[in-house]
Amino acid sequence: MNAINVSRRFFIQSTLAAGGGLMLGFHLPTSAEAAYTDAKPWKTPEKGIEVNAWLVLDTDGTVTIRVPHTEMGQGGMTSVALMIAEELDVEWTKVRAVFADPNRHLRNGKEYKVMSTHGSQLVALQHPHLMQAGASARERLKEAAAQAWGVKRADVTAKQGVLTAGAKSAAYAEFAAAAAKVVLDQEPAIKKDPSKWWLLGTGAMRLDIPAKTDGSAQYAIDTKVPGMVYAAVKASPVPWGKLKSFNADAIKNRPGVIAVHELRAVAGKRGQPDLQDAVAVVATSWWKAKTALDMLPVEWDFGDAANTSSKLYSETAKKALGEKGEMSKEDPKALEVIAASQKVVTADYERPFETHARMEPINATVHVQDDRVDVWSPTQDQSAAVLLVADQLGIDPKNVYAHPMFLGGGFGGNGGGGTGVTRQAAELSKRLKKPVKVLWTREEDVAQDKQRPMSAARLSAAIGPKGLPEAIFTRALWFSQDKQNQIGPATADYGIRNMPYNIPLRHHERHNLDTHIPSSTHRAPGANQTGFITEVFVDEMARAGGWDPLEWRFEMLKDKADWMLVLNTLKEKAGYRTDLPKGQGMGVAAVECHGTIAAACATVSVTRRGVLRVEKIVVVADPGHCINPHAAKEQMEGATCYELGHAWLGGLNIEGGRIVNTNFDTYNLLRMELMPEVETHLALSGGTKWGGMGEPAGPPVPPAVANAIFAATGKRIRSTPFKSHDLSWA
Amino acid sequence: MALSLTINGTTHNVDVEPETPLLWVIRDEVGLTGTKYGCGAARCGSCTVHVDGQPAKSCQLQAASVVGKKITTIEGLSPDGNHPVQVAWREVGVPQCGYCQSGQIMSAAALLARTRNPSENEIEQAMSDNLCRCGTYLRIKAGIRRAAQLGV
Repeated sequence: MNAINVSRRFFIQSTLAAGGGLMLGFHLPTSAEAAYTDAKPWKTPEKGIEVNAWLVLDTDGTVTIRVPHTEMGQGGMTSVALMIAEELDVEWTKVRAVFADPNRHLRNGKEYKVMSTHGSQLVALQHPHLMQAGASARERLKEAAAQAWGVKRADVTAKQGVLTAGAKSAAYAEFAAAAAKVVLDQEPAIKKDPSKWWLLGTGAMRLDIPAKTDGSAQYAIDTKVPGMVYAAVKASPVPWGKLKSFNADAIKNRPGVIAVHELRAVAGKRGQPDLQDAVAVVATSWWKAKTALDMLPVEWDFGDAANTSSKLYSETAKKALGEKGEMSKEDPKALEVIAASQKVVTADYERPFETHARMEPINATVHVQDDRVDVWSPTQDQSAAVLLVADQLGIDPKNVYAHPMFLGGGFGGNGGGGTGVTRQAAELSKRLKKPVKVLWTREEDVAQDKQRPMSAARLSAAIGPKGLPEAIFTRALWFSQDKQNQIGPATADYGIRNMPYNIPLRHHERHNLDTHIPSSTHRAPGANQTGFITEVFVDEMARAGGWDPLEWRFEMLKDKADWMLVLNTLKEKAGYRTDLPKGQGMGVAAVECHGTIAAACATVSVTRRGVLRVEKIVVVADPGHCINPHAAKEQMEGATCYELGHAWLGGLNIEGGRIVNTNFDTYNLLRMELMPEVETHLALSGGTKWGGMGEPAGPPVPPAVANAIFAATGKRIRSTPFKSHDLSWA
Repeated sequence: MALSLTINGTTHNVDVEPETPLLWVIRDEVGLTGTKYGCGAARCGSCTVHVDGQPAKSCQLQAASVVGKKITTIEGLSPDGNHPVQVAWREVGVPQCGYCQSGQIMSAAALLARTRNPSENEIEQAMSDNLCRCGTYLRIKAGIRRAAQLGV
């Protein structure tokens, strides 16, 4: 054990050094350290003069950058600031970040283009707009100075917050007011060549870190408004059950109880909007509301959904895998080749529902007044929160003001205005004529979340004379509410039908099966389930054909340069081996999503009694470009932990139509003692590729670990969580 | 019921039911919001505070049971945010969403107060109740080692 500890210690140090330019024990202050955001970045007074919607300059040199996106730990706030500062050319130490105003965004015709923060798209999608905002402001400052000084704009340089022409020089802020009025014939080009960047790509500490080390960072759950009351809410434990009755008299004399309200789903519109039948207890404190709600007698009509269970879902999935599905890509020849083949590999896979379980339980505060409505919602799109509240109240969005806060996690579960909780708060505030904070217990948060759909698939491949697949058949399914065909970028077979390998004949089918369990995007939608399915099957195909699984991938991807770059880097960095003694093994997997290819190599050990230890995971990603390697590597470490947790220990259990493991005692995800060493590498292919980094590192991790378990034990894992498998070996 | 609680060196007189969890007294009555609610079941550690120097899950402590004790929250860990654990957290860049980090920092500070230079196993044992969904565990470990170097 000691030997392992020593190597792990060394390892983590070297990994961090590679990740952030930070040597433990040799702390080198960087310029990034002085840049920061306030603990309440929506309230920070903006000193100075607005040059454009993104930018305010002050005579003391402070550069305030307004961030339209949410900050949920992914580094978006810092990314926005970096991209603008790169083109503006200001001292990074002078940069302050604040959240942009969602009301202004909507009032001014989507002034910030997009406020939504999803799909790992912030940098990929927004970098042209954001770099343009910085470049355009810089050129206007130069033009304003040129006019004042009687020189040409080309003779003015703008560098690190200072304008210079010959002997004349001035701080940017001196010309901020004039620059705001300048009209340019043509907007300047942005710096597309990373070799010209002075700030992007260097690795900046995130601006929000200091406020997250002293308790000052404010989240939606921390909102306190004068006169505010608190609500605890319970919807039907079986989603979409009907509220039959409740006895408010039983709790009316409980301390602090103000009112008991019923909330109703919109008739005939399951899920749209996402307000369910529920009871709410409003009290002078949340604890009083919660304890009274616990004692409130409530009767529900659960309907037929109460007959469903995890076991029934599995049986339904197995049956559907034997039935023809909707065609994603029809190829009768593929089916003929498989039917006639001497060597066919077939396997069924299954993964359960998973929940987001952000550390900040879902909540919202809304204050409805006659002339304005204020909203504090932990959503990944603050402009959507404005529209959602306006819709719930039937009012004009121009009078609705959302106040962006830090998010205590997002993971794709906070899109579309922050789930029904924001509607609940709006409705209760309207009825009570007071500001109302609604907070769901952890149990309610898990039970009423929009879950990652359960997935299953059957794959068959005909293995040819070279041991490589000549034809493949896939039939994938998921259980999505109301048989949704698409959730974010994902479909039931997203990640399967588009597997990158050069298999000559391909036939792909899918089923959308109904469930009453609400469905939503979840960090790396689709790929988070199907990456496991595809990449474990690849391991099976490769071994059946006598190939080493990593060499198989080289062979099957040899005409795809970016995949080869990622796999070559993985091979080199991971020290991939196949000669480990029994009980130890290495496994690989590679998945593309959000425009980024990510590959993982896992090293595991399994005791004879079947105790799994994931020793190490090496992850390589190619997002094409990377503006902040520091944050990108944080996301790679985090996504690795996130998906390993689900695959190893997760899985929602459904009994009687309800989710029964609703807190961290029973939905017990990865903790420190099980966290493997993680080594992260970026392999940037450049060119026109701009992929995301918040999600893609997760999906290859579960299959890499499952494939490593096979290498170690000979036991093939075709479902998750791993903990439910007997891994013992003799 | 009126209770007198000593939080971060200040006496607060609060009117709450005696069984109210300390977490909700700290957050909603006293107004210190750095201590977070995560599970209400002592399974995530987001609500960790110090009671007479020992780490404790404030969601499980009844307010009446901590009268007369010295309660420290993240806001009172250091006068200026420069406790070695906090300094280390900034150097290493530990937090992502940050929601669990007050609890992580309080658990780490309590560990280092009793064990100046903890082993790998001691760190894992002391931190095993603190859940982080963003997956910052490796940086938390690195932060604890760095804080040990800085000296608590």
